[in-house]
Amino acid sequence: MIRINNLKKAFGLHQVLKGLDLTIPAGQATGIVGPNGAGKTTLIKTMLGLVKADSGDISINDIHLNGNYNYRRDIGYMPQQAHYPEQMIVSELLQFIEDLRGEEAVYKHELINEFKLQPELQKQLRVLSGGNKQKVGATLAMMFNPAILFFDEPTAGLDPRSSFIFKERIQKEKEAGKTVLITSHIMSELEQLVDHVIFILEGEIKYYGKIEDLLKENRQERLEGAIAKLMEEPA
Amino acid sequence: MMRIYLQILRNEFKTLLRAKWVLGYGLIFLLLTDTLFRFAGGGTEVWISVSNIMLLLIPIISLIYGILYIYQSRDYLELLLTQPVNRSTLFWGLYTGISAPLAVAFIIGAALPLGWHGGITEGSGSQLLLVLVLGSVLTFIFVGLGFVMGLWFYDDKIKGFGFSIIIWLFMAVIYDGLIMVIIFLFGDYPIETGIIAVTMLNPMDLARILILMEFDISALMGYTGAVFNQFFGTYLGTIASFGMLGIWLAIPAFAGLRIFRRKDF
Repeated sequence: MIRINNLKKAFGLHQVLKGLDLTIPAGQATGIVGPNGAGKTTLIKTMLGLVKADSGDISINDIHLNGNYNYRRDIGYMPQQAHYPEQMIVSELLQFIEDLRGEEAVYKHELINEFKLQPELQKQLRVLSGGNKQKVGATLAMMFNPAILFFDEPTAGLDPRSSFIFKERIQKEKEAGKTVLITSHIMSELEQLVDHVIFILEGEIKYYGKIEDLLKENRQERLEGAIAKLMEEPA
Repeated sequence: MMRIYLQILRNEFKTLLRAKWVLGYGLIFLLLTDTLFRFAGGGTEVWISVSNIMLLLIPIISLIYGILYIYQSRDYLELLLTQPVNRSTLFWGLYTGISAPLAVAFIIGAALPLGWHGGITEGSGSQLLLVLVLGSVLTFIFVGLGFVMGLWFYDDKIKGFGFSIIIWLFMAVIYDGLIMVIIFLFGDYPIETGIIAVTMLNPMDLARILILMEFDISALMGYTGAVFNQFFGTYLGTIASFGMLGIWLAIPAFAGLRIFRRKDF
């Protein structure tokens, strides 16, 4: 369960989040859409504690994010661009994160198998292709079996086969009752993966609800059309 | 907390050793001491020369390495910050994980040649100790300053590097020049106490003076040297100097921590 109350964040003079309210119940799969610079990544980073909010409060699984850090044990995060320490070897990186958390990565081998990462395990991260780095990112996000998953444009760098495997995996995580949050510009992908959608425009939530309701309200067949219509509306 | 700190520390050590240039850094000091032993034959002269080079080299290398580390590790920092890790623990892990190997490389590099040049001669033990301690302290101070600059100018590397070099230049060269000007202009007034205070505000000067005192070459500095000797040569002077170095150790480290804890990544 994620609760956000009047969340504000500015970078310099630029107000990125303008008093956001949001409640995401446990087990819900939600897509976050909006134009570039709307505040999607900032929202996710604030929930992770990477970005410090100016005001407002966030609680995740009833833990207030007030200098707290243990709540991150329940969150798996796959960043938009997967960059990792270049000199490190893939298997070492996975092991290091395990050691750091003092926790066994229950799905490590399963994910390595699914993403076909074995041939990459002994390579340094700097020689990995963009897509393979993303798979490492996905593995890191899911290997501890966290209850909440954040994916920031997860399939952007993946080839069709990997993308397919990744989506299958997300379906599995959803069925296991995980809270899933995905930002994406690929509407067809969101239609497959999530049932709720949040539309953010200039730091404010313009729509939050079920995808089917959004389609009905806007008399559209596809999410893409409905979102395009929302974007055209005067703010 | 301690476990997490040690994990981060261990990983930094591993990464630094793999990068190999820390070994090169130690090797520079090794060659330096070795060569000096061959030319000067040992004793005080060797350690004065080592300290002269150390006083210039350690601050600039530590400073540049500190800031470079922050710029190069942005992704790594982000990755660690998404884990259940306290920001303070992470900061101390990184800071000590970078500073300690550099200090150790210096210590081993500078002291190892003693092994084949006849070990510690009578009376040079405390001199050696002082040089090694000051070198290590300077390493920590300037890596800390590098961290502060890197975190402060996180998105503007040119500014970060520029200001870092200016800081080094100021402390290594300009500061002394300013003190000279003050002495030159106000030499007729009793300003010795003031000069001592001003000198203590610059960690590089402070280290230099401690070395001058230890090697008993303050006589070279004439009247000022005598005044310095009167102050720094005393028990109180020594305590004050090391106290000041302690403060210098704390300021960059805690300033860096403060910025790190509030920063948006």
